[in-house]
Formats: sequence, C-alpha cells, structure tokens
Amino acid sequence: MFVGFCFASVLLALLPLALILFFLVSQGLQSLNLAFFTQMPKPVGESGGGMANAIVGTLILSGLGALFAVPVGVVSGVYMSEYAGTRFSSTVRFAADTLNGVPSIVIGVFVYGIAVLPFKQFTAVAGGLALGIMMIPIIARTTEELLLLVPGTMREGALALGATRARAVFSVVVPAAAPGIITGVILALARIAGETAPLLFTSFNNRFFSTALDQPISTLTVQVYTYAITPYEDWHRQAWAGALVLVTIVLICSLLARFATRRLEGMVRS
Amino acid sequence: MNFGRKDIGFRLGTGLFGLVLIVLVVAIGFELVRQSTLSIEKFGFNFWRTSVWNPVTGNFGALPFIWGTLYSSVLALLIATPVALGIAVFISELCPARFQPALVFLTELLAAIPSIVYGLWGIFVLVPAVRSVEAALPDAVRELPIFAGPAIGIGMLSAALILAIMVVPFTSSVAREVLKSVPIAQREGAYALGATRFEAISAALFYARTGIVGAIMLGFGRALGETMAVTMVIGNNPQVSVSLFAPQHTMAAVIANQFREASDELYLHALIEIGLVLFIITLIVNSLSRLLIWSMSRASGPAVETPAPLPTVAA
Repeated sequence: MFVGFCFASVLLALLPLALILFFLVSQGLQSLNLAFFTQMPKPVGESGGGMANAIVGTLILSGLGALFAVPVGVVSGVYMSEYAGTRFSSTVRFAADTLNGVPSIVIGVFVYGIAVLPFKQFTAVAGGLALGIMMIPIIARTTEELLLLVPGTMREGALALGATRARAVFSVVVPAAAPGIITGVILALARIAGETAPLLFTSFNNRFFSTALDQPISTLTVQVYTYAITPYEDWHRQAWAGALVLVTIVLICSLLARFATRRLEGMVRS
Repeated sequence: MNFGRKDIGFRLGTGLFGLVLIVLVVAIGFELVRQSTLSIEKFGFNFWRTSVWNPVTGNFGALPFIWGTLYSSVLALLIATPVALGIAVFISELCPARFQPALVFLTELLAAIPSIVYGLWGIFVLVPAVRSVEAALPDAVRELPIFAGPAIGIGMLSAALILAIMVVPFTSSVAREVLKSVPIAQREGAYALGATRFEAISAALFYARTGIVGAIMLGFGRALGETMAVTMVIGNNPQVSVSLFAPQHTMAAVIANQFREASDELYLHALIEIGLVLFIITLIVNSLSRLLIWSMSRASGPAVETPAPLPTVAA
C-alpha cells in the first residue's frame, strides 16, 4: 500500500515528463529542417522560415551571461571555500542562496531599472546582464562545493613547498577542481539558456538578424513565447520546433555536465 | 589559519568578488524601492487591499495578483507535496540501488525543462485536457463555488497543475537529501523495536520533519516566482475568486504581461511595486526554508551538506 503510493508518485511525476518530451519531439520535428536554422522568421501566412536570428541571439546572450558571471562566481566560490568558517563568508553564501531564489522576472525588472531605463534602449547587453546575475549564485555555490572536495593534502603540499595561499589555491586547488567548476558553468548555462522572463524587457526581441550588443536581440525563448500566444497554426509549429531546439541545447549541456562530474568524482576517489 | 601578510591581499581580493553578491541583493531591493516610490507614496497600504487595476484612471490595487499568486502556489503545493515526498521515499528507501541514479536523473530532468516549454505544452496539451475534464464534471459538482464558471480549461486549475509539475523535482530533491541525513541508528532502532518498514520510514520522516517542511517551503518559493508557464495558462484576468475554473492572474504574470505597455510612470511604478513585494515574499519564504533545512542538518551532525542551489541533472 505504502510502497504502492511511493511507486505511483514516481510514475505520476514521470508521466508529464514523458508527455512533454513526446509532444516536443512529435510536434517539433514537423517543422524542424535546415531552413529552421538558416532562415529568418516569415510573416504570418507564409509558411516555412526559421529562427536563425533567435538561435544566434540565445548563443550570444548565454555567452554574455557567462562573461559577466564566471569571474564573479568562481572567485567568490573560492572565497567561500577558503574562508568557510568566517562570518563574511556565511553572509556571501546567504546572499548567493538569496539571489538564487529571486524570481527571474524580478531580476528582469531590476536590470530594466539599471541598464535599460537610463539608456532608453533595450539591448543585448542588458539581457546578458540579467542572465549573468542569474548564473552567478549557481557558479559560486558549485565552485565552493567542489573546491571543498579537493583533498587537503594537495593544498598542504603546496603550502609546505612555500607557496603563498593565493598560489596554492590558484595553481593547485582550483586546477584540481577545474572539471567541476566547468560543470557548474555548463549547468548554469543550461538553466539560463531557457529563461524567458528576465529577457522580456531587457533584450526584448528583434525581427531582424542582429548581433549588435547595443540593440534589441531575438532569443529562442522570447520567440517561442511570441509565437505560442498568437492564433496562427504556422507560428505554433515554429514555436514547437523552437522549443525542441531549446530543450536539446539544455539537455546537451546537462549531459556534458554529468559527464564532467563523473570524471571529477573518479579523480577524487582515486 | 593565518599564513602571513601576503595572504591578506588574497583574502581581500577574493572577498571583493564575494562582496559583489551581497551588493547585488541589496541593489535589487534598493532599485525596486526606488523605482516604485510614486506608487508607494500614492497608494500606501491600500495598494495591497484594493482590487481596482485601471491604468487609464491611474488607480492600482494589487490584491487580485497577490491572491492569484498565493492561491495558485498553495494549490500547487497541495498537489506536489505528497508526490514529491513519495518520490523521495521511493528513491532513497525503497528502490533497488542500481535504479537510483536513473530515477534521480529522470525526476531532475523535470527541473531542467525551461519554463517556456512547460507553458507551450500547457497551452496546447494540458489546457485542452483540463477543459474536457472540467466539462465532464456532473452539474451537481459544478454548483460548488470552487468549480464555478464555464469550463474553458484556461484558469487556476491548469496553472496549479503546471506549477505542481514544476515544483516536484525541487521538493523531492531536497527531501531526499534530508532523508539521507537521518542517522542510520534511527532506523535500526525502529527495526530493533519490531517496526515494519512503513513504521521505520514514518519514524525517519518524523525525525526529519523540520527539513521536510523546509523542502516544501523551498518548492513554495519556486512556485511563487514562476512566470512564463503560469502566465500562458492562467488566463491573466485579475479577479479574486476561489473557483478553480476561473481565469485569474499572478504577480509575476502581470509584470511579464504589462511591463512593456506601461505608458506612464505611475503605471510602471505600480508594476515594479508588485515586483518589490514578490521579491520580499520570496526572500522570506526562501530564508525560512533554508533555516529549517539547516537546523535539521545541524541537529543530525555533519552528514548533510547544505542543499545545492537547485536540483541538477548532474547530481
């Protein structure tokens, strides 16, 4: 009875997962062709077309986000693991967890206030900043946790050879944990690549192909949203294809991260 | 540990990056207040008590949005919590060890799917399904206020269902960690006293209750801030109604929908004030949940690490 309930719970959670993946693949594959990756969106009524601009936009914004987030995330993670017991490091950890819990739409409002309103212009940079802010706590916490996994003997060895603490950390401890840190970055990317809410009023959307950082830019997520809420069949098909591409990107990132974690675990154990 | 003066530079240098995180949190709060002063000054506390939302006359009351956010999140929790706990117990206590990684991977895959994809699936698959279920309900049941209104599929029920699906992986992953932290001696003691497996597991759940409540609250925090999937299925109609069939609205959804249309400054400030309150509520809920999980792990010794910031497919 009890075991049955628990087993049923698992099935109940896996059912929507299976349904979502099924519809994604069956609906998405219908309009997924080469044109989807190479062409621009077509106006209503013309079938075909693609999301070349949105795919490029998503890649650019994710890259920008990583650019903002990796230095801050990794180094603050180093701080938290090196000075784990201190009050300031607890405060940083608390800030990271808080930041991680802030709804993404609120991050969007914040970035609108600091990076869109003053310049009276939706920009790719603002979108990247919003994504970056969301990535920072994920990278910081993963870095912290993985650095703590590195055997203390490695650090002690470096210190015993007369290295300064900075030297010991950046030449020995961080490289040892590097695969894990990269995993954290990839996981953060997997999460923010699927974000829509913080982009609605930061990077906005763009019907044209644009790689300019000071202009609005299209992304897969915002494009899927725009298409999904219209009444047009053609656009719905495009939205499914866009969603399929998006989930594929996210899954590839997740699997890469999984692979990297395995390697790290193997290394720490050996 | 102190290794001399050179290390001060290292400490300050890396600490500076840590400071960035603190500054960000403070800046978000500060900026949200600064950008909503017009609305705060004009409406004061009435903003939270009134239901008029009229951009034309410049009257703003956020009650329907707060109601919608809380109602949808609570409903989602009611659905998600038993399922999430069932999953946590099944994975950590019942299932053969060799299936564990696969099950963990699959449930956490749910957390990896972007919100917009949930929304798309919600619009085209879930909402029609909900609509036919709603329409199939007998008239006697439809008389109840909780099922009042036409069966259109779009509305509170669809929103609660999609939120529940999205929250399950978060709650179950933290609950699993918490269960793992229950000392083996607890279970051995229960078995030694002749407990059945069910009794032993309930004893473990009871032992871990603080952490479990923390896990549920963490899911609550997620549900409160969820935007895209909800806005696509809830109907975006500001009204305070207990009906599961009624199209309603949430705080996050109204920001997503109306932010770009906010033509005058008061309108924008009113929307940002909603963001401010969302920020404060999630801050409180998340801090409380962390406190509970943390006190749990402290009570049971150093076995648990603090829960990861989000369930990860790689975990």
